[in-house]
Amino acid sequence: MSKTLSGQSFWRRYVFSTNHKVIAVQYLFTGMLFLALGGVMALLIRWQLAYPWQPIPFIGQWLFPGSGGAMTPEVYPMLFTMHGGIMVFFAITPILLGALGNYTIPLEVGARDMAFPRLNMLSYWFLVVGSVLLLASFLVPGGAAGSGWTLYAPLSASTEVTPGWGQDLFILGLALDAVSILMGGVNYITTIMQLRAPGLTLRRLPLTLWGLFYSAVLNTLWLPIVASALFMVLCDRRLGTAFFLAGPLAPHAGGQVLLYQHLFWGFGHPEVYILILPVWGLVGDLLSVFSRKPAFGYQATVCSMLVITVLSGIVWGHHMFTSGMNPLVGKAFMFLTITVSVPTAIFFLNWLGTLWRGAIRLTVPMLFTLGVVFVFAIGGLTGLFNALQTFDVYIHDTYFVVGHFHYTLAASVLFGTFAFIYFWFPKIFGRHMNARLGYWHFGLSFVFLNAVFSVMMFLGLHGHMRRIADATAYEFLKPVQHWNVFLGWAALGLGLSQLLFFINVLYSLFKGAPAPANPWEAGSLAWTVSSPPPEHNYATPPRVFCGPHEYGVPSLTNGDWLSQADPQAAKLARS
Amino acid sequence: MDTGVFPPNISTTGHVVDQLFWLATLLTGVAFLLIVAALGYFLLRYRSRPGRRAYYTHGDSRGAICVTSGLALLVFLLIDVNLAYHDHVAWAVVWGAPPSAREALQVEIMPEQFAWNIRYAGPDGIFRTSDDVTTINQLHVPVNRPVIVQLSSKDVIHSFFLPNLRIKMDAVPGMVTSLYFQAKQPGTYDIACAEHCGFGHYRMRGFLVVEESAEAFNAWLAEQTNEGSPDLSWGWQWAVSAPRASGTPGAHPPSAGARAWSGGST
Amino acid sequence: MDRMINAEVETPLIDIPTGKFGMWVFLISEIMFFTGLIGSYIVLRLGATSWPRPGTILNTPLLGLNTLILLSSSLTMALALHAIQQGRQAALRRFLLLTAGLGVAFLGIKGFDYAHMWHRGFTMSASLFGSCYYLLTGFHALHVLSGVILLLSLFFAASHGRFSAAHYGRIEYSGLYWHFIDIVWVILFAILCLV
Repeated sequence: MSKTLSGQSFWRRYVFSTNHKVIAVQYLFTGMLFLALGGVMALLIRWQLAYPWQPIPFIGQWLFPGSGGAMTPEVYPMLFTMHGGIMVFFAITPILLGALGNYTIPLEVGARDMAFPRLNMLSYWFLVVGSVLLLASFLVPGGAAGSGWTLYAPLSASTEVTPGWGQDLFILGLALDAVSILMGGVNYITTIMQLRAPGLTLRRLPLTLWGLFYSAVLNTLWLPIVASALFMVLCDRRLGTAFFLAGPLAPHAGGQVLLYQHLFWGFGHPEVYILILPVWGLVGDLLSVFSRKPAFGYQATVCSMLVITVLSGIVWGHHMFTSGMNPLVGKAFMFLTITVSVPTAIFFLNWLGTLWRGAIRLTVPMLFTLGVVFVFAIGGLTGLFNALQTFDVYIHDTYFVVGHFHYTLAASVLFGTFAFIYFWFPKIFGRHMNARLGYWHFGLSFVFLNAVFSVMMFLGLHGHMRRIADATAYEFLKPVQHWNVFLGWAALGLGLSQLLFFINVLYSLFKGAPAPANPWEAGSLAWTVSSPPPEHNYATPPRVFCGPHEYGVPSLTNGDWLSQADPQAAKLARS
Repeated sequence: MDTGVFPPNISTTGHVVDQLFWLATLLTGVAFLLIVAALGYFLLRYRSRPGRRAYYTHGDSRGAICVTSGLALLVFLLIDVNLAYHDHVAWAVVWGAPPSAREALQVEIMPEQFAWNIRYAGPDGIFRTSDDVTTINQLHVPVNRPVIVQLSSKDVIHSFFLPNLRIKMDAVPGMVTSLYFQAKQPGTYDIACAEHCGFGHYRMRGFLVVEESAEAFNAWLAEQTNEGSPDLSWGWQWAVSAPRASGTPGAHPPSAGARAWSGGST
Repeated sequence: MDRMINAEVETPLIDIPTGKFGMWVFLISEIMFFTGLIGSYIVLRLGATSWPRPGTILNTPLLGLNTLILLSSSLTMALALHAIQQGRQAALRRFLLLTAGLGVAFLGIKGFDYAHMWHRGFTMSASLFGSCYYLLTGFHALHVLSGVILLLSLFFAASHGRFSAAHYGRIEYSGLYWHFIDIVWVILFAILCLV
């Protein structure tokens, strides 16, 4: 993992390390573990919807011994709750923020480590303890939380309807994870803004780091809002308060049920941008590397991402069109929401501009990057349907929404995750991943992913609600039940395709071909050091002379690119 | 036009929802096809070949900025603003003209885990009196007559969803929300719960029965009245003026003294 | 945390020490946390049909005294920083201890206030106002407690000569945190007791 002669004990070097590269790998493996767990839960959900109340093959007897191997109505809500919570907070965040951020930020800014290495280590262990609490919630009487990852009050906030400590453990686990993320945010923002090497102006920062920066800013601002809401839910549950309780379930008057939703989505909407901003940044960089051309409209892209970051905080009401909120307020949210299209269109066009007249290398990371472009186009465009107040009244809480956010989250973020890992694996571990397996992984994932989430949207148009355990309970859904069967098998295909990835990672860790310092001929600072990098990255701070995307520079004779650290770039490169 | 995408529409205003969908699909579909075409073309035409050099540009020339912002603005106007305008018009059709309290059939619905409690005011026109008709999961309405539904909840948030009328509204405890519709086709249709409300959420099915005439509906109502005593443990006084499409947060349904629900077992 | 920025080595966005920058980022998240709580209080109060009039339930004079105590502690904290900037070690230790002591006094009075109110029936679950009061002041008290612990750790570090006129970053950043807690209290006092 790192070539060090520092003579530290095993525990100091690999477990309680303050080295950002070690912490990044810890986040990566923890995240991948939860990705697999969340994925298995998704498969269980799809089985139940495909074959309601039928015993689950192979693992059913072990999971549900009391009901003959079949799911029960009490367990189903736990599965979709934990699937959502795990994927958002314990899989995607650790991988795309924890791992990608921790690994690349110090290397790409030319620093020896993060600004606050001990805080960094602490942030990882808060995640671990939080995840233990989360998993423990399955074991308590009453089982895990079952009110959805959105935890709407009063369902989540009243122990009359949701007794049992699973709900409380979920909240506590999330709270610890929130602390972890906030600690990380302090490090990311400080390191990116304050520790850049000489010559590394903000205009020369890789787009990945811009994405991570904006993401960290959003986390710093909005996570505390949901934390306050979740603490109030805990108070409602265990301390007899009624912040979010009204009507018969409330112990006394005055609580406002909708206040919870405003607080939650006040965080929840920025959260989806938190998850995707690093991907947008990464895509911007990788399109450039593999088109051998500078990122088209770099400054416009950075500005667009900033505008989206700001706008993301004022559009949350589009999750609440049917909540009973004042419809005029809803209309305002609709108009605010559509404005996001402008900056989104700009950076999307810039992506296409990067490809235009390039010399495109279809490596595995590039395929996943292009995959993001494709699925995000669908995800982004279908977002528009949800933004329309009148139409959303029909499709709210149906599978159309589920299909939309899985295109933007599961598909785009997942492909982004794979682009990240396939691209950075050689640098992190000093070994190549197997390209052939990678191509198969991409092809199969692409097919199955589109099959699953497009059909979901079709089901939603038919009115198929979300979070229901059995669609055959409704007459109007019986004509489309066979699509649930199709989805079950397509989801299984998607799940099995991921085995190719996990096998590739495990195999390549030990048996992959040794990788050179810069296998992709990439221009940013991280690729100037060995693979894996030295323990403290840089012996002396590097000096930067140009941007990270100086590919296709005309006057070069050997090679088609310039490294950021190359002194020649001062006169040869444009920026 | 029944394409099989949507369940049959029996609402006098449902078609605008469907039309909104088709317009949005057309516009975003064209955009998507253009994107895919561009991607496909670029990947083929500009793939890496020996001796091929990429065109070195940072895409920040005046021309590039003009084209990019121009295209983005075009997309925004042709697709986003266009659709938002059509949605605004559709909104007025579906929600903008609440029927008058006199001509409409008024119904109160108070869902609980996991059933729909439904109340008709009865001959005296006042809710929560002994001549009310209450049912569980049976919402009968006459065809071609406006219906106003006021909603509250006995416990957690539920959502009253009528797929065949393209309409839904959350039922929130401590608030009264409302929606209105007019069915133009007799038959039996599903009422679905569209907000996760617990382990029985999936089976919270109700029945919307559109009676084929006013007489048929009145006959059914009379039959229910004769059958027995209504459930008086819940219900609230109707707002005198026709309600807006949704309640204001914190609005309390009852008039002086009365409450939406009084204690007792469910 | 105390790194001096060397202009020949880095290109920082703002020319302040890394530790100070980090503390500000942390404080922004803290501001947002209290915004969530205070914002909720405002919404709940504005939406309520009735609300107790100021001065009828809470012990405003006592809480006013607490406000004075906390404001004084901010002064002593500023004096502590000033002292070490001039290299006066004994004064630093004295003012750190004084600040911590005032913090403990604040907490002590708070504890007495809680016990007294609770005994009189003004509990967290008795009314919405009670819930809000204990939630807001409770979280604030937890922050004061962490601040006191922080100050004591600084005191011990100062006793071991860790700070000087050239190295006082941690004192400064902790001061920022302490002033922040003070400002939050002033706001809470105003919206809970005075308005």
